[in-house]
Amino acid sequence: MTNPFRAGGHGRIDRDTTLSFTFDGTAYTGHPGDTLASALLANGVHHVADSIKYGRPRGVLAAGAEEPNAVVQIEAPFPEPMLTGTTVELYDGLDARGLSGQGRLSSRPDTARYDTLHAHCDLLVVGAGPAGLTATLSAARAGARVILVDELPEPGGSLLGSQELLDGRPATEWVGEVVAELDACADVQVLQRTTAFGHYDDGLVLALEKRTDHLGAAAPAHVSRQRIWRIRARQVVYATGAYERPVAFDDNDRPGIMLAGSARTYLNRFGVLPGRQAVVFTTNDSAYPAALELADAGVRIAAVVEAREEVPAHWRTACDERGIEIRTGHVVTGTSGVEHVSRAHVAPFSRGRLGERQGIDCDLLLVSGGWNPAVALFSQARGTLRYDAGIGAFVPAQAPGSVRTAGSAGGTFTLAGCLADGGDAASRALSALGRTGRTLTLPSTGPLPQGAPGRVLWRVPSPRDGQDGSHQFVDLQRDALVSDVLRATGAGLRSVEHVKRYTTIGTAHDQGRTSGVMTSGIVAEALGVDVADLGTMRLRPPAVPVAFAALAGRNRGELFDPVRVTALHSWHAEHGALFEDVGQWKRPWYYPQPGESMEEAVLRECRAARTGVAMMDGSTLGKINVQGPDAGVLLDRLYTNMMSTLKVGRVRYGVMCGVDGMAIDDGTVIRVAEQEFLLTTTTGNAAKVLEWMEEWLQTEWPDLRVHLTSVTEHWVTIPLVGPRSRDVLALVAPDLDADNDAFPFMSWRDATVAGIPARVCRISFSGELAYEINVPAWDGITVWNALYAAGGPFGITPYGTETMHVLRAEKAYPIIGQDTDGTVTPQDLGMSWVVSKKKPDFIGKRSFSREENQRGDRKQLVGLLPADERVLLPEGAQIIATSSIPQPPVPMLGHVTSSYRSDALQRTFALALVRSGSERIGETLYVPLDGRTVPVTVTDPVLFDKEGSRRDG
Amino acid sequence: MTVETPTRFSPLAAWQDDLAQLPTGVQARELPFLTQLTLRVQPGSTAAKAVEAVLDVTLPGPVSAEMSGDVKVLWMGPDEWLLVAPDGRQDDLLAQLRSAVGDEFATVTDVSAQRTTLALSGHLVRTVLAQGCAIDLDPRVTPVGSCLNTLLAQAPVTLVVRGEAASDVWLLVRSSFASYLATWLVDACTEYRGGTG
Repeated sequence: MTNPFRAGGHGRIDRDTTLSFTFDGTAYTGHPGDTLASALLANGVHHVADSIKYGRPRGVLAAGAEEPNAVVQIEAPFPEPMLTGTTVELYDGLDARGLSGQGRLSSRPDTARYDTLHAHCDLLVVGAGPAGLTATLSAARAGARVILVDELPEPGGSLLGSQELLDGRPATEWVGEVVAELDACADVQVLQRTTAFGHYDDGLVLALEKRTDHLGAAAPAHVSRQRIWRIRARQVVYATGAYERPVAFDDNDRPGIMLAGSARTYLNRFGVLPGRQAVVFTTNDSAYPAALELADAGVRIAAVVEAREEVPAHWRTACDERGIEIRTGHVVTGTSGVEHVSRAHVAPFSRGRLGERQGIDCDLLLVSGGWNPAVALFSQARGTLRYDAGIGAFVPAQAPGSVRTAGSAGGTFTLAGCLADGGDAASRALSALGRTGRTLTLPSTGPLPQGAPGRVLWRVPSPRDGQDGSHQFVDLQRDALVSDVLRATGAGLRSVEHVKRYTTIGTAHDQGRTSGVMTSGIVAEALGVDVADLGTMRLRPPAVPVAFAALAGRNRGELFDPVRVTALHSWHAEHGALFEDVGQWKRPWYYPQPGESMEEAVLRECRAARTGVAMMDGSTLGKINVQGPDAGVLLDRLYTNMMSTLKVGRVRYGVMCGVDGMAIDDGTVIRVAEQEFLLTTTTGNAAKVLEWMEEWLQTEWPDLRVHLTSVTEHWVTIPLVGPRSRDVLALVAPDLDADNDAFPFMSWRDATVAGIPARVCRISFSGELAYEINVPAWDGITVWNALYAAGGPFGITPYGTETMHVLRAEKAYPIIGQDTDGTVTPQDLGMSWVVSKKKPDFIGKRSFSREENQRGDRKQLVGLLPADERVLLPEGAQIIATSSIPQPPVPMLGHVTSSYRSDALQRTFALALVRSGSERIGETLYVPLDGRTVPVTVTDPVLFDKEGSRRDG
Repeated sequence: MTVETPTRFSPLAAWQDDLAQLPTGVQARELPFLTQLTLRVQPGSTAAKAVEAVLDVTLPGPVSAEMSGDVKVLWMGPDEWLLVAPDGRQDDLLAQLRSAVGDEFATVTDVSAQRTTLALSGHLVRTVLAQGCAIDLDPRVTPVGSCLNTLLAQAPVTLVVRGEAASDVWLLVRSSFASYLATWLVDACTEYRGGTG
């Protein structure tokens, strides 16, 4: 099968290999080197999709990332939406269809791999066209570390789409030599199929490398399909080229209307003739090479419609030689056609008035309204832009010292100029790095034809009545018209940023590459202001669409977020624990036995802890070693209660408050030695508390001689809980005198437990007799196994966080962050006893005397007992005073912070923060639930063993 | 009850086989149970000199490590070092250092089980690390002896460069993150398995 629109002798495609693909259900063929768009055009297919709003047929306007129309959905091998057909490399088996503005994500998981790679260089060059190549070569020869990224499958940039000669040979031969030299440099990396899409602070540039997309189903599974490069560059040269700009005229959106430079690219890079008979509409010289090369390849150029009055002699002569008619001072005013352009309407245009129209038959209408430098990344790098009235485009103005443009990205449009500019940009970058580059000998480009300035023309007046621009498209993807822009300015909008949001121009996948500057021009005309004063739309990352999968890289599945586990984790897993996420930690939640529900398991675990013996993994508790002569002073200032008076060998509970007097953390403090304390924090707050302490130490009290060291993970911590815990401990620590007098509550001892040197603390988070055994983490499993074995005869029961929560709630031990929310003082928690009256100062002290903190009607922690002892209140439920819900606004008295079923109480219970809670003890309040209210009795928060008779066993 | 000789379990014990089967170019091995002490002392102080005398090394400056001796000294911050020694040295070293410091202000804390050490070597190590670490491992930037606290993927690590161009590194990682890091490492190496992985 041959392609009817191929041009013999042109293009960089591999004609010896044929690829089969399907578009909109029809089978076609193409060749390696094709894009989906070039292969479609080679098959004579121009109509790619219908537009999103008006359903108008749309074709291929461009040949690269600026394409606004040809958006496709790939169906096979893996569904992927919203790709531009002009950048999708053709592969065998590709199945795609045109999209009307919206695509469809796959409903099945993407099995391809995505990855990230960090890279560093002295100089990053973006774009492997003539300027980018000389910049890279120059820096490479100076010995710099250089990375060159380029979006195309092969280097060359615009040279691939032209018939330019360098040193009298095809320019691509020079490209090959340069790249061969670069490849031989150890410090140079050339990345093809890699698009820089974001420039961030400190020279961080993100680029997307498409590694295996072009291989289709043949892509190897072990290689990442796409990879995000995170490049940290000391200097950056953006040699990103320029995008050709269309001109707005009536019905300027039909398939077969194409940018002139893109048609040239289709001929020279892909060997494709985008039509048989063309009209070329231009405002500048750049369309002439396109017209001439297409004419030489067999396209009949029906006319060059030239908006200027004069054409440089060089181009006129070349057209005359080929019998191409040039109509100067003319414009295209509109088109005819159904699925495809069939005629261009041409009229003289002078002093703002159109003359008599004439139709010219064509199946291809090429347009060139000038060129916009591709300044998106430069602009993201905080480079400023200025309007160049001569070319009707925004060009780089000022840039940070580490960023510059080269070539047409900077408004230099001749090949010789681009080659030289690349070398200059590299020299300037090298000087900034303190290096000197040698001057490159640039290849010769041959004599430059005498050119003439282009004419800046944003839109052609409509020959229709009304002049409202309602048939002139600005943003083809968004179906936004000149009339939409005029409606925006008519509504009083004066900023292109506002017009952008009003019209949606520039918000599609292409970020307005072909429509943004045109919009500025039309707005300026409508408002009668200078484009230079108006400016253009801000360009933001990502410059091209990037799949979330690529951004996520390998941070998905089990690597989505680090899973932190304790040294005992595999034991828990082997014994059927279900896990709860606490920060990044996996903590055993409960250990269901076969057939057991969560409720049953937790009641069983609670019963074991209250009546026998139970154990848990408390290793995730934050642990901070505090050492130095002033350790006690520091702790006195940080905790609300006194710590410096703690005796070596003893333990004290403490609360930390913020400067506002609100509780931020609690835990135990043990005095290890005269100048050494070890404190614990809640699991989720470990890092925060250390930072809090360091901040005070380093910024406010640097005179204190104290050092803080996190030791959280050095220790495995095992609470051994319950009336039989002493019996179990005696079996594994026979040398430890665990008698109440010898080892009283709130003290610690060094002991040998299961043969391991351990620190055993007598503290209790359940109210039961309990020991907390601490050993170096790698010995944890030995001690855990020994306790489990020794406790076997006593029915020792491992328990998880849920049981821990129930046990502590029965005793009204608060969980900071669950029973508090940053607005709760220790006094609100009923813990005035933990706030020192003696200490001259500590963090939060002054706030306690604030009027607000003295009010009697603050929310205070209380217990709630539902009248129906089977009703489990939801945590977060609101509390009201009346049994029926009054008209809004309903006075809310507080909310439920913790709610459980209790084995010890044989009923449900809850903790709650209630306004004037301590005065309400004994009152009945109500909790709205499922359309009714549940009566609850307010109680003292401590619901079990108020006397504390159980802690000594 | 009788107590058997205790068996210790290092955080990456369960990963031994996976780490032994990484592609050619990446060898990974856990160095378990190393003695690790956090030393906090003002550089140049009397206490620092006393410590240096005990260890017979000069405390290394920023982002570097002194790896030649039996007790390796890793710079962790302006007044913080991590001392890494063979298994079982913690009690003896702690006592020696505290005694040498005397009444001067310097602190030493045993953190041996806080982190485990993963030794990586091979010509692919630099690239594998680049998949998740923002540090420039070019030997001109990060020579042998460099010691950096950074992130590898989402895990905080201490990275010590032991061989030219990161051909040999130590990664010290918090024990709780070790399994995550091993999962990440094995997955990162998929790239180099030539389709057999």
